[in-house]
Amino acid sequence: MNKLIRFLPLILVLALGLVLYRGLSLDPKDIPSALVGKPMPEFSLTKLTDESQIITKDDLKGNIILLNVWGTWCVYCKYEHPYLVDIAKSGRVALYGLNYKDDRIAGKQWLKDYEDPYVFSIFDESGRLGVDLGVTAAPETFVIDASAMIRMKHVGPIDARVWQDKFLPVIEMIESEQQAKQSPTQDQEVNSED
Amino acid sequence: MKINLMCQTIVSITLVYLMATSTVLARSSDTYEFQNPVTEKRFNELNKELRCPKCQNQNLADSNSPIAKDLRREVYDLLHQGKADIEIMNYMVARYGEFVLYRPRVSSLTYVLWFGPAALILMGVLVVIFIIRRKPIALKDIELSEAQQDKLKALLKDKDL
Repeated sequence: MNKLIRFLPLILVLALGLVLYRGLSLDPKDIPSALVGKPMPEFSLTKLTDESQIITKDDLKGNIILLNVWGTWCVYCKYEHPYLVDIAKSGRVALYGLNYKDDRIAGKQWLKDYEDPYVFSIFDESGRLGVDLGVTAAPETFVIDASAMIRMKHVGPIDARVWQDKFLPVIEMIESEQQAKQSPTQDQEVNSED
Repeated sequence: MKINLMCQTIVSITLVYLMATSTVLARSSDTYEFQNPVTEKRFNELNKELRCPKCQNQNLADSNSPIAKDLRREVYDLLHQGKADIEIMNYMVARYGEFVLYRPRVSSLTYVLWFGPAALILMGVLVVIFIIRRKPIALKDIELSEAQQDKLKALLKDKDL
């Protein structure tokens, strides 16, 4: 017992070291989103390219919706842009943009200068929808399922690695859920066999 | 006379500079008007209690980041909608998570945070009590036997000689 007590300080220091070492590899900016598992908030804003057209939550259509928060002022949005173009072209998800705290003319020009990967972009000049979505800056990307439920939020730019490691698992999960929903009869057959 | 003039110029230049910079400072932070001093106090208190989600070591009052500005505006609007402080807190937590609170709520996730220090102090006190109250080594054990006592005396005698 006495011997054990003699080693207690060493054990405590090692435990503390382990905790602090783990802290080194954690990203303090990686805050879990409060909105995951909650429905997409209601909104009523205009389309970036057409100020007379009002967009609401119901205009976001698709089995899997990606809502990408971007702005012309945001450096990393340019970095992730080519990846977004690829993702949009793959047709696996419906990619929508949320032009966040930006200037309408600059935003339109940006889409003209580069390629426009979005089905359309929502124009959120004041950042109100951004606040409802818990957005802190651009770029951020939300994965929303067909029942308008937010399934994941990614803070920071998307690239091939992020897409592979973070997005694909969630997308595959939603896809398999949807397949299970589409063929409930098959499940019943399996159940009846048991 | 020349020196005097120079001094005057320097003083006036400094004054103009100070005035100019002070207006710049006043412009850089957003100002809100309050009809009710209580609302203003609540506004300032809430901005101290809420953490800027982007710049995590600053509260909303301290930070000049765009998101902090937006959230200050939200707090202002919510106050004028007649919302209670707790409702405003809940509104922020619903969007930005528990992280926006500088004083996180007591939950199973934050037990360590809330009670850890007290538990450590308690542990320290227990250790101190344990050490203090450990029985001192009994005097009997260190007393010499008669034979040893005689030997000691003999040795001391030798030394005296």
